[in-house]
Amino acid sequence: MPKVRKGVEVSIAIADAVAQADTDVIAAYPITPQTHIVEHLSEIVANGELDAEFVPVDSEHSAMSVCCGSSAVGARTFTSTSSQGLALMSEIFFIAAAMRLPMVMALANRSLSSPLSIWNDHTDTMMVRDAGWVHIFVENGQECYDNIFCSYRMSEDPEVRLPVAINLDGFILTHMIEPIEYEDDETIRKYLPPFTMINALHPDNPVSMGCFGMPEIYTETQMNREHGIRNSYPVILKAWDEWGKLTGRYYRPVETYRADDAEYCIVTMGSYGETAMEVVDTLRAEGEKVGVVKIRLWRPFPYDEIRAALLGKKSLVVIDRAISFGGPGGPVASELRSALYQKKGAPTIVNYVAGLAGRDVSRKDFRNIILEGKEKARRGETEGFTLYGLRG
Amino acid sequence: MDRFSVFTSRLVEKSENFTSGHRACQGCAEALAVRLVLKALGRDTIVAMATGCMEIISSPLPLTAWKVPWIHNAFENPAAVISGCESGMKALMRKGRVPKKKINFVGMGGDGATADIGMGPLSGALERGHDMVYVCYDNEAYMNTGIQRSSSTPYGASTTTSPAGTVSFGQQTEKKNLTQIAVAHNIPYVATACPSFPFDLLEKVKKAAALPGPAYIHILSVCPTGWRIQTEDAIKFGRLAVDSCIFPLYEVTHGKYNLNYRPYKKIPVEEYLKGQGRFRHLTDEEISHIQTTVDRDYQKILKRCEED
Repeated sequence: MPKVRKGVEVSIAIADAVAQADTDVIAAYPITPQTHIVEHLSEIVANGELDAEFVPVDSEHSAMSVCCGSSAVGARTFTSTSSQGLALMSEIFFIAAAMRLPMVMALANRSLSSPLSIWNDHTDTMMVRDAGWVHIFVENGQECYDNIFCSYRMSEDPEVRLPVAINLDGFILTHMIEPIEYEDDETIRKYLPPFTMINALHPDNPVSMGCFGMPEIYTETQMNREHGIRNSYPVILKAWDEWGKLTGRYYRPVETYRADDAEYCIVTMGSYGETAMEVVDTLRAEGEKVGVVKIRLWRPFPYDEIRAALLGKKSLVVIDRAISFGGPGGPVASELRSALYQKKGAPTIVNYVAGLAGRDVSRKDFRNIILEGKEKARRGETEGFTLYGLRG
Repeated sequence: MDRFSVFTSRLVEKSENFTSGHRACQGCAEALAVRLVLKALGRDTIVAMATGCMEIISSPLPLTAWKVPWIHNAFENPAAVISGCESGMKALMRKGRVPKKKINFVGMGGDGATADIGMGPLSGALERGHDMVYVCYDNEAYMNTGIQRSSSTPYGASTTTSPAGTVSFGQQTEKKNLTQIAVAHNIPYVATACPSFPFDLLEKVKKAAALPGPAYIHILSVCPTGWRIQTEDAIKFGRLAVDSCIFPLYEVTHGKYNLNYRPYKKIPVEEYLKGQGRFRHLTDEEISHIQTTVDRDYQKILKRCEED
């Protein structure tokens, strides 16, 4: 692959990146809206453009199980799923992180049943928030492409050895045709060395993996996991930094737009970031002192960067795309409330849940949310959340 | 001459790949089966095992009884995990990142993991044609969790979730025939075995590993704890199962049936049932019904073997 800029569907670009990363095993089960990614990958393998095993499994549960097996022998492993598929594989999703098995997943975010819906929100990924995976949220196709390589770097680092999920909004990103800059194979080789797994399963060095833990030792194994994901933070920063040096595209755990001098900010995660920036431009022109804060790294949660970006603001309007039923609000707002609690200069937080199951949130809606949210903050209406656009 | 094999105990592999010191119950024929299977496979083997008795007795952190690389992931997925190991290793060897070598990829699970919760992943792995062996250690109930019935529990057996009571004779349904389900996948090799017949078992495991493609071995593994028998009688009951033809030893190689052991004298199934606590409540009528089903199934196998 030469360095080229081309108009391509984001799913295709992800598949091309997986191939450029010289992935060894791909195991996946079809589910909308992830299908184009794995369809294109199987095509690439069928045409001999990537020397890999494509394992067309019997369920998502088996997809994640196959990924665990292939990662355990030291093969570079990729999978992709959505929604119900993630729910079905969630048992093994947790085990993959607990067993410190590196792999990368493109998680095309989609709502969960019932009622059955194939459209986008963040309900699926929030279900596995605490599984111990590294979770990255991307905003556009370029970020999807870039983060395949970055994720392998993070995941396979001996200091990390954790699975990484790239969360991309289903349909909004997966089925979008965008101009994407492809890097040449040489750059990729330079950035991403072949995967070498310490203590991979091999008869020459027999190890036992996934043992039984009595109460005397289980606690320690969980602390080990916590250390693992905390240690991933500097590795993640380094992986993004080096990618930036090679390509000019830099990524940070938290990104801001016109936020430095803003009195209040709108906080987004995922593809909403782009719409938010456009709306903020308009509002700025009207004299509103508003900025955008976008969370790119969801786990490990970037506390320091979040505090650096948000402390001192008057208020925040947080848009969530999932509900924690009977809980404190959307998951992102809830996390921010906890991260900023009792900190000097903590802003007032107003939480909206919008765009469930792909319901369109237009620029007009963003404008309403931002301005209404600002007013709510001023009036001190900060309890719970508002379900934006609720009818009836 | 091809139809005969000579068995010499001295020729059996001496080294142990499943070491002593594990925590299985006394008289556990399943642990014996694991030991024999690993003797047959040798060190160039990777095992993926289901959650269950054999997993918890052999791998309490930080100890392990396994001298071959071993992975446990979850209850229902050893077939899927080992198919992932096989796929990964195949890709790595083809790409020259791991030196080429013949490795046996072996999935293992109990009857619960195989007949019930892991049926889908097993069927998927067999259908996909991975070069692997799947071994089911069938002790005819969920022994690890306390002797609950599975779909592999035989008709009439009393378990903790199919107890014999005043209006029930225990398990109401017939044992699911996993061997035949495996045969239906048209895979190169399917066999039944029992550690009471160790040479037959060793031979079958070797054959399964040597043939390219998926193979399935169903091992009847007597569980003294769950079957309510004396621990010293585990081997005896394995023999009785085979001699009564409730568990015939046969193999299906590329679709061809072969009966490996024809009892000198087929004993009544009652002799197998009567010494076991799990069947002690059965009336003559129920035993006679079981005899009918045993005869029916055995005749089917005999007919297939004669035809081939």
